[in-house]
Amino acid sequence: MPEIHFILNHENRAVRVEPNETLLEVLREKLGVKSPKCGCDRGDCGACNVLLNGRSVRSCLILAIEVDGQEIVTVEGISKDGLSKVQEAMIDNNAFQCGFCAPGVIISATELLKKNQHPTMDEIKEALSGNLCRCTGYLPILESIQKATKE
Amino acid sequence: MSIIHDFEYYKPSTLDEVTNLLSLHGEKAKVLAGGTDLVVQMKENIEAPDAVIDIKGIAELHEILFEDTTLFIGACVTFSELIESEIIQKYFPLIKEMSLTVASVAVRNRATIVGNICSAVPSADSAPILLVYDADVIARSVSGERIIPIRDWFAGPKKTVLRSDELVKGIAISLPHKKHAGCYEKLGRYSGEDLAQAGVSILAFEDLHYNVAFCAVGPVPKRAYAVEKFLTGKNISEKIIEEATQYLLKEISPISDIRATVEYRTHMMCVMFERGLKKVVSRLHGGGNA
Repeated sequence: MPEIHFILNHENRAVRVEPNETLLEVLREKLGVKSPKCGCDRGDCGACNVLLNGRSVRSCLILAIEVDGQEIVTVEGISKDGLSKVQEAMIDNNAFQCGFCAPGVIISATELLKKNQHPTMDEIKEALSGNLCRCTGYLPILESIQKATKE
Repeated sequence: MSIIHDFEYYKPSTLDEVTNLLSLHGEKAKVLAGGTDLVVQMKENIEAPDAVIDIKGIAELHEILFEDTTLFIGACVTFSELIESEIIQKYFPLIKEMSLTVASVAVRNRATIVGNICSAVPSADSAPILLVYDADVIARSVSGERIIPIRDWFAGPKKTVLRSDELVKGIAISLPHKKHAGCYEKLGRYSGEDLAQAGVSILAFEDLHYNVAFCAVGPVPKRAYAVEKFLTGKNISEKIIEEATQYLLKEISPISDIRATVEYRTHMMCVMFERGLKKVVSRLHGGGNA
């Protein structure tokens, strides 16, 4: 089984993977990183989003072997030294109910705010359009992101 | 859902290694770029290759080049890279407008325009845009390169004329030398993830000729040559749009499926065609930059 080396949440990691294992499977089952969730498992829902070299990607649509030499950040990495502003705003705003979509939403919001510190509501909606949430009706999530940019 | 079959993973660093692998494995090999289609197909067991050839290690396939009025987009260029490219923004804003309609950010960060035409679903967003620009697909094999005009590229739903020993190196587009403006009108259920239920792209030139192409309303994306012929030399008016729509209806052959009915697709195609024509004429005369 080939061994891959990559940076996971700011640490060097090495793990043996089969070529047919997805990044999502390896993160959850081999490395114990549980924030990315398996929702639709075909790239539609955004629950498995992680940052690959700073860009959000669907970890269910990437083979683990493809990330050899790359950098992956999950919500565990984002909140390593305490919660980010946008996470705080989501808590304050009761942004989630079941929370299953939350890690993917946080990844999308983190990527957006890194590129654009003062997004309009339309830009927030566009950035979040690939994250499905079945509880909230989205409004509290979108509002938390807007709130985080105003503080 | 896991991928249940095993395969060998290759990550070559030169094009020659890729073409050698392709000539060795033929139909048993699949090329991997963004993986947003291929990984789903492997999970669903629609594709079960012996060899997966990851081409992201080849530097020249990541290039967006603009030389002597010809644009080259390499096979690994993602929709996000197209959206962010200054070259695309300046010379081919229509490509940016289309790219922004593809799925959502996290998919656009991986999915490639070359992958989109290689998957060749009838609803491929890239297709009508490449068709109105008369783009060329550059295919490479051990025996050399060949140029395939995009109008000859699509052979059927999910089928192209690419041979199993060939790799698409990239797409070449000549910047039209006459003043022009384009648009892409797409019908989807919601912005974010959806495939087009119908799509039309129009490129209008100041000498009153129009290139028109559509997707998702026939087995393959294609140009509407009868519509173009009718429109040539004409200024766009309500009456002309109405007459042109009759030609359009003869060229499309939509089906009913899980996403939309024949009636809805047909009706919306006419609406979008009208909107598109008005939009390109406005853009040609200074309203907006696509």
